[in-house]
Amino acid sequence: MSTAEEISPAETILEVNNIEVIYDHVILVLKGVSLTVPRGGIVAILGANGAGKTTTLKAISNLLGAERGDVTKGNIVFKGNEIQSLSPNDLVRRGCIQVMEGRHCFGHLTVEENLLTGAFTRKDGAAAIKADLELVYNYFPRLRERRSSLAGYTSGGEQQMCAIGRALMSKPEMILLDEPSMGLAPQLVEEIFEIVKKLNSNEGVSFLLAEQNTNIALRYATYGYILESGRVVLDGEGAALRENEDVKEFYLGIGGEGRKSFRDVKHYKRRKRWLA
Amino acid sequence: MGLLSEIFIEPFILIADIPDLFIQTLWEGFVSGILYALIALGFVLIFKASGVFNFAQGIMVVFAALALVSLHTKFGVPAWIALLLAIAIMGLLAIGIERIVLRPLVGQPDAILLMATIGLTLFLQGAGETIFGGEPQSMITEELGLPTGATDWHVLGGRVTFQHIDVAAIIIAGLMVAGLALFFSKTRIGRALRAVADDHQAALSVGISLNQIWVIVWFAAGIVALVTGIMWGARSDVSFALEVIALKALAVLILGGFTSVPGAIVGGLIIGVGEKVFEVYWGGIFGGGTEAWFAYVLALIFLLFRPQGLFGEKIIERV
Repeated sequence: MSTAEEISPAETILEVNNIEVIYDHVILVLKGVSLTVPRGGIVAILGANGAGKTTTLKAISNLLGAERGDVTKGNIVFKGNEIQSLSPNDLVRRGCIQVMEGRHCFGHLTVEENLLTGAFTRKDGAAAIKADLELVYNYFPRLRERRSSLAGYTSGGEQQMCAIGRALMSKPEMILLDEPSMGLAPQLVEEIFEIVKKLNSNEGVSFLLAEQNTNIALRYATYGYILESGRVVLDGEGAALRENEDVKEFYLGIGGEGRKSFRDVKHYKRRKRWLA
Repeated sequence: MGLLSEIFIEPFILIADIPDLFIQTLWEGFVSGILYALIALGFVLIFKASGVFNFAQGIMVVFAALALVSLHTKFGVPAWIALLLAIAIMGLLAIGIERIVLRPLVGQPDAILLMATIGLTLFLQGAGETIFGGEPQSMITEELGLPTGATDWHVLGGRVTFQHIDVAAIIIAGLMVAGLALFFSKTRIGRALRAVADDHQAALSVGISLNQIWVIVWFAAGIVALVTGIMWGARSDVSFALEVIALKALAVLILGGFTSVPGAIVGGLIIGVGEKVFEVYWGGIFGGGTEAWFAYVLALIFLLFRPQGLFGEKIIERV
């Protein structure tokens, strides 16, 4: 699926070209995924469990190796350079960092220590790091209050903020955000997405986020890709996707004609329209 | 009746009768406890950061001490330079282990990594004997500027003897533990080490290089091994027999918990003091020689009643 021409002529920060990912040498998870993130954009990858969203993000951030996954075809270009062979720390140094699904804060470190680990790859001195710590606390005032608590004892929302703040400490140009809404109350999800939007417009950080919560993701994303069984089946501007009848029916739960069981339509329609 | 009295009455009469012997026993136990604790500390460092149970920690103690002594006695290097070189050797060893052993085995089951460290033990044994020779050597205590001799303390109508080297050992061990604690809590690398111990995946994701961290912990464990080797060598001899004593650190770990630095220290002291006191006052019942098994029996009892150890990792669970 070619997307380059559909996106406005803005500079591209990340380009994923037709990648295939195989786990354990046998399990084919991604069957040719392509996507593009313009600089300063918020792009969402949507889809159900097991569609390949997390795998796509991990393929980009090179965290697949630890899980015996391999990118076997295609290439990934970040700021004009191919990055498949880089280690995760090289990639962080170049400005692309992932916030993993399920937060993954360091439970036995305090919130502030967690944030500081995000600055591990930086070489620009203690003063600059301290200034960024202040910046993170300004975006997440709640973290300032909890700065000396062990991260393991903070709430789910605070952990999500801590994980995003920690990523921010690496001074990234791009954040890969995996399932930020997971397990959080709707109000908190809204709060997190508001901050994502603010970071995007004030700090110029580009976001590629994977979400199951299609509704909220499409309200904030400028562009979206829908993944199913390891393939991109549909893509488009956030607003356009929200109006798409199939997306409404399959992901937003708004039926076209009256009530019917989701299970009945889902299969044959998907097969017919998307997977044919 | 006789046995009960031997267990419950006579030892305490003896303690009351000759209190200076009791103090001396406590002191001896305390000193060897510190040394057990140091070996256990090496295990804990590596286990926390890489999840590898390093069977080779004991032989690393011997290897480091042998390298130091041989550099001085066989190759004629001045003592202080030999010390620096021994530190450098432990650094090279750490780099080598990371490159050759750990990196190719990333993501393998724990049992395989344990087997790899057993292989490492055999390698270090062979290499040590080939390069430095297998015969016991005496530690170059004086050349390193460590104190010798002893001070008597007259107390309670008797006297207690303190070897100066033991006092030095405790001071140095204390400084080293304090240094490590500071390093872990205050520095960027220390923070990264704790982050890796907490969550490998997340540490990778924020750009911490696991390979670099592994080299650093193995190096730290190597330095701990060197210090342990010097202290232990000064009390007896530097020989491969030390390695057997290092196995007692396993018992210390079971007592203290595999992931806790304070646990390693407290566990070491309990076992050190426990086995000395037990040997002196209750050893007669078993015909002596209880020091060889006391630690392991204590560890077994702990395994039955508190398998996570005294200070096992607090598992943070949020509801």
